[in-house]
Amino acid sequence: MADRRRSLSRYVHFRDFDWVLLIFVLIICLLGVSEIYSATLHTKFEGMHIRQVYWIVAGVALMFLASLINYQALLELVPWMYAASLVSLVSVLVFGKRYLGAKRWIDFRLFHFQPSEWVKLILILAMAKYFAEYRESDLPFRELVKAGLVVLLPMLLVLKQPDLGTALTYIPIAVMALVLGGMRPKHGIVLLVIAAVLMPAMWKWGLKPYQKERLSTFVAPEADSRGSGYQVIQSLVAVGSGGVWGKGVAKGTQTQGQFLPVPHTDFIFAAWSEEHGFVGALVVMLLYFGVLMRLIHDAQTAPDRAGVFLIMGVVAVLAFHVLVNVGMVVGFMPVTGIPLPLMSYGGSSILFTFLALGIVMNVRMRRFVN
Amino acid sequence: MNGREEKVPLIRLALTQYIILGIFLLLIFGLWRLQVLHSDYYTSMAEQNRVKEVPILAPRGKLLDREGRAIVDNYPSFSALLLHSQGKVSESSLEAIAAGLHLDANDLKTRVKRLSAMPGYQPIFIKYDITPDDLAFIESHRNEFPELDTITVHRRLYPKNGFMAHLIGYVGEVSEDMLNNPRFELYNPGDVVGQSGVEAEYNDMLMGKNGSRRVLVNSKGKEVGELNDTPAIPGKPLQLTIDLDLQIAAEEVLGDNKNGAIVAMDPKTGEILALASRPAFDPNAFAVRISNKEWQALVNDPGKPLLNKAIQAQLAPGSTFKVIMSVAGWQEGIAQTLHVNCNGGATFYGRHFGCWLKGGHGGVDLPKGIYQSCDVFFYTLAERLGIERIAKYATMFGLGQKTGIDLPQEASGVMPSEEWALKNFRRKWYAGETISVGIGQGAVAVTPVQLLRAASAISMGGHMVRPHVVFPDKVSETYRNALHYSDTQEIAIDPAGWETITDAMARVLLPGGTAPSAHIPGIEIAGKTGSAQTVSLALRAKYANKAEFAQNGWFVGFTPKRNPDIVVCVLFQGGEHGRLAARLATQVIKVYVDKKNHRPLEHLKPPPESEEPGVPAPQPGTLGSNRTRQKTLAVSSFWSDPGSDHLEAARFVVDPGPEKEFHRAVAAPGMEQFAQNEPPRENPLPQRKKRASWQNLPGVVATLPEPRWRTGDDH
Repeated sequence: MADRRRSLSRYVHFRDFDWVLLIFVLIICLLGVSEIYSATLHTKFEGMHIRQVYWIVAGVALMFLASLINYQALLELVPWMYAASLVSLVSVLVFGKRYLGAKRWIDFRLFHFQPSEWVKLILILAMAKYFAEYRESDLPFRELVKAGLVVLLPMLLVLKQPDLGTALTYIPIAVMALVLGGMRPKHGIVLLVIAAVLMPAMWKWGLKPYQKERLSTFVAPEADSRGSGYQVIQSLVAVGSGGVWGKGVAKGTQTQGQFLPVPHTDFIFAAWSEEHGFVGALVVMLLYFGVLMRLIHDAQTAPDRAGVFLIMGVVAVLAFHVLVNVGMVVGFMPVTGIPLPLMSYGGSSILFTFLALGIVMNVRMRRFVN
Repeated sequence: MNGREEKVPLIRLALTQYIILGIFLLLIFGLWRLQVLHSDYYTSMAEQNRVKEVPILAPRGKLLDREGRAIVDNYPSFSALLLHSQGKVSESSLEAIAAGLHLDANDLKTRVKRLSAMPGYQPIFIKYDITPDDLAFIESHRNEFPELDTITVHRRLYPKNGFMAHLIGYVGEVSEDMLNNPRFELYNPGDVVGQSGVEAEYNDMLMGKNGSRRVLVNSKGKEVGELNDTPAIPGKPLQLTIDLDLQIAAEEVLGDNKNGAIVAMDPKTGEILALASRPAFDPNAFAVRISNKEWQALVNDPGKPLLNKAIQAQLAPGSTFKVIMSVAGWQEGIAQTLHVNCNGGATFYGRHFGCWLKGGHGGVDLPKGIYQSCDVFFYTLAERLGIERIAKYATMFGLGQKTGIDLPQEASGVMPSEEWALKNFRRKWYAGETISVGIGQGAVAVTPVQLLRAASAISMGGHMVRPHVVFPDKVSETYRNALHYSDTQEIAIDPAGWETITDAMARVLLPGGTAPSAHIPGIEIAGKTGSAQTVSLALRAKYANKAEFAQNGWFVGFTPKRNPDIVVCVLFQGGEHGRLAARLATQVIKVYVDKKNHRPLEHLKPPPESEEPGVPAPQPGTLGSNRTRQKTLAVSSFWSDPGSDHLEAARFVVDPGPEKEFHRAVAAPGMEQFAQNEPPRENPLPQRKKRASWQNLPGVVATLPEPRWRTGDDH
């Protein structure tokens, strides 16, 4: 068995690795690095692009590593991993240091451990495992609730930190899994209705003031153009003033003048759009679209149900991130802390993304394995 | 492991593909909307972000007297302002700023809210004349409050103690009402404009136009580059026709304890040489944003310090009106042959009208009627003329109308007539009312400048000018077209009448006249006194002659008696007697004459009053206690006592005391820092060609006999 595995793993390495996907991804990463360079020029963050490169290299390595382990083995470990994630989330709540108004980290002195990111991966695995076992094409309500709870539990724990943004990213995982798992359209509508009803209640009791402010300035950013509305307005101005062709590398006045907040992380797409215009923005959007379509194609050629769910889970998360981040940059979404995968500066985002891609590679490489 | 059964319904996978496609199309639409559709809008917003427009304030034009001496100028100071092109400033920032600059937080918030409607590039001024502390606060909080900035401004400095306050006026921020007035549509909120006097009348010329500095800033408000500047267009300086030395004389003569006005004018051109009003206010208080309390105090002061009495006080002229009556009477052929017998009063229309001299003047003709100011003569003349003819001549000489002087809010006075009574009171004019009008009481009301102009016209034989305070060739055509400085009229006056009347007026300041105590040796001054009642004599007696019912003293005089060089009008409120007003006027005239003859000018203190009966009035030629002589005199004399054979001789040395001479003013009081070393001697007072007449030789006393002194009841 081990021999077979080993020989198979050697067999699966070179050809079935999705090189096309990797190229797309690396191009996006490169553009991200260039934009980080431009956005951090003349600021105290100067030189961050180099660190981003280190993260990317580490990410690629991680990706290769992740692709080595047979995902079936990972799936079998899911219950343990799930339990571990719950424990880590609880311990964050109990032991975690407050930082920026939320308990997200545990300080281990050498590094900061932010569980909520890893929990995302675990949830993808968990959903895949769940639906690998549940084989019906139809998902009655009871089952739906059961499946939902798997995601809901850690989500609530994250919400308690409070980290609304990250908690919300768990939702697409659940939604994707449920939809693919055979959720009835009727139930889907019911869920939407419940969500719509819950929103005002959430608004009143569930949201913290700064979160409320984020949403209200989303609706009317001019009302508080100095505070939360400021970021939105600056983003719109940066993007809009880029015009069709952009202002040129390192020539974006909003970015260079530090009008655009955090241009190397959350608003990197705004900085990119200012400097490269509609044309440049379109290119990046096409690249992301290509990545997602490629991933879906990989899902379609996955060897088993679990593999499909795995890849689609990754698709859900990535698509959600792109939607929320770019949506925020163009003013369709409220300001959240969601980074743009592969482009935004940030170690945990890069690592997570490459890890997820590693799992995708993992599945794809085993598609002929029977 | 699993077979190739359907792992997941393919349709659902396809669904996700389409959903993702839809999401991306939505996002691309969003990008397109911003970057293609509304690109221009955002480009301009980006510009606004990074371009800060800081105004360069134009200095206001200074005010000079006719010789180019400084009256009003500017001094540099710092002001604190808020830039609000980036949107509203938060309340908490405002509170912190108020604390740091020692402002009241609520006042600041109200002000900011009120001025937020202005366009974004116009800053909101929040504090003027900031201290070094304030400056330090602003500098050290540049990052925290990028919208808080400072600017060097020029603030208006006015002469101290309210010198020339009414003529100059004051500046202040443009008010809401002014902004709503279409006439002021070019003004912006926060602009400092003239609010009264010359500052207001010539504001457009004095104001200049602000420029702007466009600087590139980053999000911290730090300047990172500069774009083009629009330089400020400074306001133009304005040269007034005022002579500072005369103005100082007029202000000193009124002092701090008299209410009223003095106006002096060149009768040939209409140039105003001096204009003072009392009580006064300090325009410097306005220049730094007057407090509401101070403002209310000024408004409610019964002396009405904000009123320019010279052009706004409308009061009964009293006997000064008799001059106009005389001209009217002569032109109508009545006065030259009119003789009355004044025995203290007369009855007209069944009512008794008394003369001021209880015993009566005896036989009175026109000249005596003038220099003795006989009321009965003029009652009679009024009855003969009738109100319509009186009104005709009075209006010909400008009474009841504005003079058109180039100062804001001139009053028009009142000249009653039948039409006037109908229009304003819907009743007939009663003939009995004409009688009081004859001596300048009743419904007649004039302003000092009106009376001045009328008397000036009469003295010039009918040449009536338009009083003005600037030189027409030094202002723009727009002003000339609007203000018609050179509007003159020639009113026909019979030369014989002119001579008679002016001769009679010259006797007013001589023994036998109503103001001999105002005479100044060596200067021929003609004029007319007036003591105008403000309430009926009976009412006054009833209230035991209370101060507020005191009569107003008027005087209008000129030198020489025909085609004069200067005309002066004095209103002395509560002065009771015209001769007291006359004394004030002749002191001003003396300064004029001395200056013209290059004699040293005297300090002028108000002359001691002489109200107690039996006390002789001061000697002629003495003004207060300051008398200037230049050296001691040695006089040798021979005399003999009557009835003695001896001839006595002696040599006397007269020592007039220490020299008290001062030089001409270099600038208005309080403005000495702006004086130039050698003030250019432009526009000297009009000089007459010297006639070789004994009257023009300095130091020669008039050859009239020594005056016999009357006490008390000069009029």
